[in-house]
Amino acid sequence: MSATKYPSLAAGWRLPNLWDAIAFTCVIGILVAFGHGAEGTLVPISQPGAIEVSLDPSHLPEYALRTTLRMFAALAASLLFTFTYGTAAAKSRRAALVLVPVLDVLQSVPILGFLTFTVVFFMNLFPGRVLGLELAAIFAIFTSQAWNMAFSLYQSLKTVPADLSEAAVSFHLTGWQRFWRLEVPFAVPGLVWNTMMSMSGGWFFVVASEAVTVGAHSWKLPGIGSYVALALERRNIGAVAWAILAMLLVILAYDQLLFRPLVAWSSKFRFETTAGATAADPWVLRLIRRTRLLKPGGEALGDAAAYLGGLRLSLAGRPRAARETRPSWLIDAAWGAVLLAVLAWAVWRVVSFVSQAVSWTEVEHVVLLGLITLLRVVVLMILASLVWVPIGVWLGLRPVWARRAQPLAQFLAAFPANLLFPPFVLAIVYFHLSPDVWLTPLMVLGTQWYILFNVVAGAAAFPGDLKEAAANFRIGGWLWWRKVIIPGIFPYYITGAITASGGSWNAAIVAEVASWGDTRLQAHGLGAYIADATDKGDMAKVVLGVVVMSAFVVLFNRLLWRPMYGYAQRRLTLA
Amino acid sequence: MDTAVDLRPCLIDVKGCRQAYHKDASADLVVLEDVNLTLREGEIVALLGRSGSGKSTLLRIVSGLLKPTAGNVTWRGRPVTGPTDGVAMVFQSFALFPWLTVQENVELGLEARGVPRTERERRAEAAIDMIGLGGFENAYPKELSGGMRQRVGLARALVVHPDLLLMDEPFSALDVLTAETLRTDLIDLWVDGRLPVKSVLMVTHNIEEAVLMCDRILVFSSNPGRVAHELRVPFPHPRNRLDKAFRQVVDDIYGIMTRRKPVETRAPTAAPVSPLAMPLPRVGTNVMSGLMETLAAEPYNGRADLPALAASLQYEVDDLLPLGEMLQLMGFALLEEGDIHLTELGRRFVGAETDERKQIFAETLRQHVPLVNMIRQVLDERWNHRASALRFREELEDHMSPDYAADTLRTVIGWGRYAELFSYDEEAEQFSLEDIE
Repeated sequence: MSATKYPSLAAGWRLPNLWDAIAFTCVIGILVAFGHGAEGTLVPISQPGAIEVSLDPSHLPEYALRTTLRMFAALAASLLFTFTYGTAAAKSRRAALVLVPVLDVLQSVPILGFLTFTVVFFMNLFPGRVLGLELAAIFAIFTSQAWNMAFSLYQSLKTVPADLSEAAVSFHLTGWQRFWRLEVPFAVPGLVWNTMMSMSGGWFFVVASEAVTVGAHSWKLPGIGSYVALALERRNIGAVAWAILAMLLVILAYDQLLFRPLVAWSSKFRFETTAGATAADPWVLRLIRRTRLLKPGGEALGDAAAYLGGLRLSLAGRPRAARETRPSWLIDAAWGAVLLAVLAWAVWRVVSFVSQAVSWTEVEHVVLLGLITLLRVVVLMILASLVWVPIGVWLGLRPVWARRAQPLAQFLAAFPANLLFPPFVLAIVYFHLSPDVWLTPLMVLGTQWYILFNVVAGAAAFPGDLKEAAANFRIGGWLWWRKVIIPGIFPYYITGAITASGGSWNAAIVAEVASWGDTRLQAHGLGAYIADATDKGDMAKVVLGVVVMSAFVVLFNRLLWRPMYGYAQRRLTLA
Repeated sequence: MDTAVDLRPCLIDVKGCRQAYHKDASADLVVLEDVNLTLREGEIVALLGRSGSGKSTLLRIVSGLLKPTAGNVTWRGRPVTGPTDGVAMVFQSFALFPWLTVQENVELGLEARGVPRTERERRAEAAIDMIGLGGFENAYPKELSGGMRQRVGLARALVVHPDLLLMDEPFSALDVLTAETLRTDLIDLWVDGRLPVKSVLMVTHNIEEAVLMCDRILVFSSNPGRVAHELRVPFPHPRNRLDKAFRQVVDDIYGIMTRRKPVETRAPTAAPVSPLAMPLPRVGTNVMSGLMETLAAEPYNGRADLPALAASLQYEVDDLLPLGEMLQLMGFALLEEGDIHLTELGRRFVGAETDERKQIFAETLRQHVPLVNMIRQVLDERWNHRASALRFREELEDHMSPDYAADTLRTVIGWGRYAELFSYDEEAEQFSLEDIE
C-alpha cells in the first residue's frame, strides 16, 4: 500500500503557481485598499460626503476599510510609543521612577471621557480638514491600545535572562545591537499577544470615537462606528445588523490574515525550551513561507532589518565590565526635587481648575455616583464569575470543547459590545424596565468573555496527574471545586477578572447612558455623569468625573486585584 | 506460569485486557494486547518494561481510572467500573496539590471519604510520622525537595489504608541517592508489617529496582504491550545488590529484554510490511558515537555486559536499550543475551576521522533505514530538490502513533543532517538538498 503512495510524494509544486497567485492577489488588494482609504482623510470637512454617513449597506465595505485603517494607524502609533516609552522605562532607573507609575495610572483612566477635548485639540491643529477628526479618532484608539503593549515590552526588557545578557556583553555587542538581537526578540511573544489584545480593546473605542458630539457640533467620520451611531439615531435595526455583520467579517479577516500568522511566527522567539502546545501553522504563514515570489521579498526585508539591527551604534561606547557604580546621590536628589515640583504644580492646577467650577457638594455627589458604579461592577463581576467559571471549567476539562470554545470566546471579547446595545435598549423601552438595573448588564457584555477564556485556558492547562490523583482519591462534589479545581484555575481567573473589571469601568461611560432615536435612557452612576458632562461640554465636571473614576479604578486594583494576584502567584501556581 | 495453587485472597484480576486508542481513518493504535494479571494479598509485584509498553496504562486500568477497550477487571471478585475504593496511587510526578500544605494534602483522601476532622488529623499525623515527614506538616510542596515530595505522595496514599498500593515509576524523578533511601525505607516498613496495605503493584523501567523490591516481576514487551515473561524473585529482604544470585536475575532480565523481537528479524524486502513501519526512538548521533567509543576502549575492548555498562554509565534500561538497538539496526553492534559487542563496521567507525565517520554513517543509513533512503530519493527526483516533511509524517502515521511518528521523523532528520544526506528547514517543514555537497 505504501508503494501506491510514492507518486504522491514525488509530485511537488511546480513553478510559482497557486500559492503565489493567492499571495499576489492579497498584496495588490491590500495596497489598493490602503491608497483609497488614505485619500479620504485629506479632503476639507466642507466637501460634501467628507463627514457624512449613509445607511446604505453598499457603503459598508468602504466604511469598514476606513475604520480598519484607523485601527492600524493607531496600532503603529502604539508600537512607536511602546518602543520609546517602554524602553526608556526599562533602561533608565530615574525615568522608571516616573514612567512606570504614570503608565499604571494611564491604564486605569477612562479615556473615553476626554474624547471631547482631544477632538477640539486636533481640530485646531488642522483647521477645516478631516485629518483633524481622523487624528482625534486615532488618538482615542491609541489610548486604548498603547498602555498594555508598553507594559509588556517593559516587563520583557526587565526579565531578559542573565546568561544571554552576559553572552551579549562578552561578544561586545553595542547597546543598539543588544536591543535588536536579544532584547526585542525576547519581548516579541509577549508583545504580539498584547498587540492582539489591544486590537480587540480598540474596537470598543472605534465605535465611540467616530461619531463625536461637542456642545452643539457633531461630526461623523465615515466608518462602522458612525454608521452604527446613525442607525441608532434613525432607529434602523436592519442597519445595525448590517454593521454587526461587517464588523464580524473585518475581525475575522485581520485575525486570519495578521494575528494568527504573527502568533505562530512569534512562537519561535519563545524562550522556554519546553515544547508548548504547538498548533498547526496558520494558512497565511504557510503561504508566506511557501511562495517563491514572496520569499525573496521577505528575505530582502529581513536582510535590511538584520543590517539595521547589526549597526554598531552605541550611546555609551563599548560596554565596560559591570562594576557596582553607586548612583550619584546629588543627581538623584535633584531629580527628586524636579519631580516634586512638577507634582505640586499638577496638583495645584487640577485643584484650582476644579475648585473654580465645582463645589464640595459636587465632589461628594460624584463620589457617591462612583460608589453606585462600583456596586454595579462588583455585582456584575460576581454574577459573571458565577456563570462563566463553571462553564469555563466544564469546557476546559474537555479538550475537544476547549479547542472549539477558546477562539470563539476570544472573538467575542474582541467584538465591540456597544454594537449589541440596541436590542437591549429596545427591550428596556418596550417593557418599561428600570434603566438603573437593566442598563447594568451592558457593562459586562463585552468584558465577561475575558473571564470565560481565561478560565477555559486554566482548566485546559490543569495538570493531568492532579486530575488523576483527585479521581484516584475519589474527591468529588463541593470538595473537588473547593480544593482541586478552583485553586487550580485561580491565577487564570484573576487575570481574566482584572481585565474584565477594568473594561467594565470604561464601558460604564457608554453603558450607563443609551439612546434609541429620541428615547434616552440614563442610569445613576459615574459613567452617566461623565457622559452627560461631555455632551454639555462642561470640562470641569468631566475632569472631576474622570479623576474620581481613575481613583476608584486604581484603588480597586491596588486593594483587591493586586493582593489577590500576588497570592495566586505565590501560593497557587505549580512551578 | 503460576502453577502452585495460591490460597491467598485475590485482590485484582485482569483477564484478556486490551487497550486501543482510536485513530482516525487507519487502524486502531493498540497499546495493550491480551494482558492477564492476578494480584494476591501479601506480594509486591513489578510491571517492568520500556517506555511505551503500556505498563502505566495497565496501572490506570487496575486503579479504575481507565476503562479497557476489552477484557475484564475485577476487584475482590466484583467488576471494576470506576476508581476503586481500596486502591491508592503514588505518581511519578508526585501530583501534590501545590495550594495545600503537607497536612492538607495527606488529609484530602480522608476528607473525600467524609472522615470527621479529629479522626482525619490523627490519622494524617500518624501517616506523616511513619513516612518520616514529622515537622513538615505546615510546609507547602514547593518548599520541599523531590524526595520529601514523594514522601508526601506516599503518606497521602497510605493514610487511606488502601488494600492495594499502586506506584507509577515512583522513584524515577528522584536522584540516585534519594531514590535508594526511599526504596529501602519503604521495604523496611513492608517487612516490619507497618505498611497499612495488603499488596503493592509498581510500574518501573529500572531492572535493579524491580529485583530489589519485588516478589514477582512481569516483563512487558512493546508495540503492542504484552506480558513477555513473568518471574519470581525468591530472595528474602533485605536484598544485596552485589549478591551473585541477585546479579544473575538482573542479567536474566536484561537477556529477556534484549531478545530480538520477531518484527526485526524479518527481512524488510521479504515482508509485506511497509519499510516505514519502523519506529525510531530519539537517539542522537553524538550518544551513538559516544557509546561506540566507550565500547571500543578499555575495559570493554568491544564487548560489554549490559547491566555493568548501565551501572557505570548511570543509564537506565530506557536509555541504554534503544541506543543499543539503534546501533544494532545500523550494523555497528550486536545485542546478545544481555551483552553488547561492537561489529567490524563499528570498530571502523570509531577509528575514523569526522568526515570518514559521516561517510560510513551515510552509507549504513541508506542501507538500513528505508525512510532516509526514500527522503533522499524524493529529493533527488524533484526539480527543486525540496519536499515537505508533512507527507512523510503522514505516511509514518499510517503505521504508528503520531508521537512515534514525530519522534521517528525527528531522529531521521538528526541522522540525515549528520550524514549530510539532506538538510531540513524547520520553519517551512521542508527537506532540501541545500548546502549538501
